[in-house]
Amino acid sequence: MSSNVFQRIYTKLEAITKATVTLKATGVSNDELARVAGRLAQVVKIKKDLVTLQVFAGTEGIPTNAHVEFFGEPPALNVGEQLSGRFLNAYGEPIDGGPKVEGERRFIGGPSVNPYKRKQPSELIPTGIAGIDLNNTLVSGQKIPFFADPDQPYNQVMADVALRADVDKIILGGMGLSNDDYLYFRQKFEDAGALDKIICFINTTEQPPVERLLIPDMALTAAEYFAVDKNEKVLVLLTDMTLYADALSIVSNRMDQIPSKDSMPGSLYSDLAKIYEKAVQLPEGGSITIIAVTTLNDGDITHAIPDNTGYITEGQLYLRKDTDTGKIIVDPFRSLSRLKQLVINKKTREDHSQVMNTGVRLFADAANAKTKLENGFDLSDYDMRCLEYAKEYSTKLLSIDVNIKIDQMLDTGWSLFRKYFKPEELGIKQSLVDKYWNR
Amino acid sequence: MKTTGKVTGIVSNLVTVEVDGPVAQNELCYIDLDGVKLMAEVIKVNGDSASVQVYESTRGLKVGCSVEFEGRMLEVALGPGLLSSNYDGLQDNLATMQGVFLKRGEYTAALDPDKEWEFTPIAKPGDKVVAADWLGEVKEGWLPHKIMVPFAFKGTYTVKDVAPAGSYTINQDIATLIDSKGDEVKVNMYQRWPVKVAIGGYKEKPRPYRIMETGVRAIDTFNPIAEGGTGFIPGPFGCGKTVIQHAIAKQAEADVIIMAACGERANEVVEIFKEFPELIDSRTGRKLIERTTIICNTSNMPVAAREASVYTAMTIGEYYRAMGLKVLLLADSTSRWAQALREMSNRMEELPGADAFPVDLSSIISNFYSRAGIVVLNNGKTGSVTFLGTVSPAGGNLKEPVTESTKKCARCFYALSQNRADSKRYPAIDPIDSYSKYLEYPEMEDFFNQKMEKGWVEKVLKAKNITLRGKEAYDQINILGDDGVPMEYHLRYWKSELVDFILLQQDAFDNIDCQTPLERQQYMLDLVLEICDKNFRFERFEKCISFFKNLINIMRQMNFSEYKSEQFYKYQQQLHNTVENVL
Repeated sequence: MSSNVFQRIYTKLEAITKATVTLKATGVSNDELARVAGRLAQVVKIKKDLVTLQVFAGTEGIPTNAHVEFFGEPPALNVGEQLSGRFLNAYGEPIDGGPKVEGERRFIGGPSVNPYKRKQPSELIPTGIAGIDLNNTLVSGQKIPFFADPDQPYNQVMADVALRADVDKIILGGMGLSNDDYLYFRQKFEDAGALDKIICFINTTEQPPVERLLIPDMALTAAEYFAVDKNEKVLVLLTDMTLYADALSIVSNRMDQIPSKDSMPGSLYSDLAKIYEKAVQLPEGGSITIIAVTTLNDGDITHAIPDNTGYITEGQLYLRKDTDTGKIIVDPFRSLSRLKQLVINKKTREDHSQVMNTGVRLFADAANAKTKLENGFDLSDYDMRCLEYAKEYSTKLLSIDVNIKIDQMLDTGWSLFRKYFKPEELGIKQSLVDKYWNR
Repeated sequence: MKTTGKVTGIVSNLVTVEVDGPVAQNELCYIDLDGVKLMAEVIKVNGDSASVQVYESTRGLKVGCSVEFEGRMLEVALGPGLLSSNYDGLQDNLATMQGVFLKRGEYTAALDPDKEWEFTPIAKPGDKVVAADWLGEVKEGWLPHKIMVPFAFKGTYTVKDVAPAGSYTINQDIATLIDSKGDEVKVNMYQRWPVKVAIGGYKEKPRPYRIMETGVRAIDTFNPIAEGGTGFIPGPFGCGKTVIQHAIAKQAEADVIIMAACGERANEVVEIFKEFPELIDSRTGRKLIERTTIICNTSNMPVAAREASVYTAMTIGEYYRAMGLKVLLLADSTSRWAQALREMSNRMEELPGADAFPVDLSSIISNFYSRAGIVVLNNGKTGSVTFLGTVSPAGGNLKEPVTESTKKCARCFYALSQNRADSKRYPAIDPIDSYSKYLEYPEMEDFFNQKMEKGWVEKVLKAKNITLRGKEAYDQINILGDDGVPMEYHLRYWKSELVDFILLQQDAFDNIDCQTPLERQQYMLDLVLEICDKNFRFERFEKCISFFKNLINIMRQMNFSEYKSEQFYKYQQQLHNTVENVL
């Protein structure tokens, strides 16, 4: 990122912390970028002639006589068709060896869409994974995270979802990705021959954590260009938002702010909402859908990061290992897509909601039967059938390695019901039983 | 002359300004950023330095930018045209804004200055009037919208003349009043009022004494909210806070609904924008949007305006109350408002209270809740603001400052339980933890004795007791196993399940079940209690379970049927036969 305005240069720092530097300077505007000893920094506090800058790459080795030049403008990204297929860093600079991206310069972290001008999301995003399409259907314009423990294959699932989704652009914002995961995404996108519709903004664990703070805004500025200017359907993948929040807490800590719950800044809710609320269905047809990853600490969702996220996003998807079948499944109990009722039975077959509810209820009955068994109580014939059903339901539908069309998911549901139960045990609407039971 | 100043410091949306004259706490000012005016509010003054919170992004702001103080606090415009409008937290009309994105420094008029309203005079020349007295009325949709003596007028005035019936815009004068000194004052159809000051102009504020019907059984029957009362709904995410609020907004027996979407999801507000213009209010047969004002400050909109949004909503509510109307104010979620306070307090480097919230959080919340209430107007008529807020406790833990502070001042507590939500028992209002203080009010008991029947409150308490005993029995069954407990325990548990499934649970998405009028609630409560009073005997617990499952199924069908329809009675007969069979 370079500047085209006149540059003011200073050479004396008044204070240095691990993430910030303070100097005397005049005519500085809030949020503007600067370069401190060659590293990018942003103005976060001005008090009379004292300016505090947050240095993205950290302040290790910065001397008090460092050169500081102000750019006179906030962080920006060059947007245009040239973005397609590119891999960029947190500052929007190429990391794929390609040329600099040319295009219209846009400041990142721009204003929000007027809520009155939004459209209600109504388009289904099929992913082939029944744990999602059947039980927690995704809708364009939705924002939803995976809540997953660090050992679960959330990045793989997310890559699968992205490549199968029928969208015009996929924008990946990688925050604190391990280098291996970065290469995995790259390989996977290349193998799928989908590079032309992919844009990646990558910050790996090898790079300074504070740089991550720019990634979501970069990704979403690019997304807004394609969704608003080009009326395209854009899917934004953000992984891992927990590491993003950690970076927020580092900065607020260095600025002596009083932490609230779990040593997170008091503004965590607003900070996360500003990102997630960029998900939108626009009146002209374009949309931004956000699928994120929030890694959990041993499944703890009361921690400030997943907790605040849950209040912002439209549902959440949980991955867990089903010990009975050894499969990684999308947990049907704790996962929720708040927007699913906007498309279920409207964009899908009439039996969708009944098959979904019955399938999950029987799986719950199986869980109860299992508890009974563990507590040493006798099992009824119904309990036994539920247990058998649950194994097959888990393998054929909930498992993340499933990749079928929604109608096939529904047919699979019916075939499992038929195999283990009688219609009167299911309480499904009679007209649907008549139509689908023997198909 | 206006006080002016220069920006001397910036941290996010907290800006310090050096001033050259007097400033007031909470005074408004505009900061000039290259021609764009950013609205801000004074929140602290120290010598010549004022700290202001800016209602917009402060990106690009510089030390030295000029500031102009307005000499007034944040105000809302009050007049015909508020209903069916969609405002942001500062009362800018969202519908008339240009472009898809919200532009910084774009402020739009709250009321349409060109629209003409059909005015009918009420006051006559020679009448003595005081602030909030009615001078005339216009039809706003189907509601009589009173044009009042402005709330800021002090003392008694004599009406000199009132405009004849006809069409007027809000800026046209409709009356001339003479003050005690003999000076004439003109009054038009709109006035401005500072949001942080409660609107007075009424004779007295009695204790609430009648119910505000919501059509939700778990509220009306079990924990009723009084007209002019206060309540709050805390619950973890995914427990259905918003669904309950929307259901109440659609069904409540109120003249005016004000919804403050405070720091919540934009797509939820879009749902209201889309549905309310189409949905019909079953009481009046009019479109729901005609009685609704939406104040929308979603989570991505500027944080300081989030705080303002609940006050804006309350002030509009008080305005309609002064017309003798029943107003229901819903705020989702008051936790986001408290978080906005926390962010500012933090930037001002105040010493923090619990969880880094400001130490005066509790008094701010109770002060706000105290603005609700039923009032007797100067002309003897009543008006009310009933307030229902949601709280989003961090981690679903109710031992956090916002929930605790709210619990001190709100009279109804509707605790949403994660367990109920997980087992899809909606609404997830916990029957044991939730309460309504109004059930203890003698005024309310009198009201129920007349409106429902003598001894109504006792009946409700009896039903509550059945759920409590059922829960105890359930815990025992879980420990000792189905065979390990006496049959009585199974009976107790299943009676409580009957109360739960038939009275407490309600399908917000079913056309009939979603709304239950009081009369029907009474009928079903009687029916359930009648069954619970019966002396059943079963040999085996399996028999007991299948019997009650059957009852539940039949009575649920009743809930889904049109009240007292042929079908309804058919199921009731079936119920009767089933019960008689085992006795």
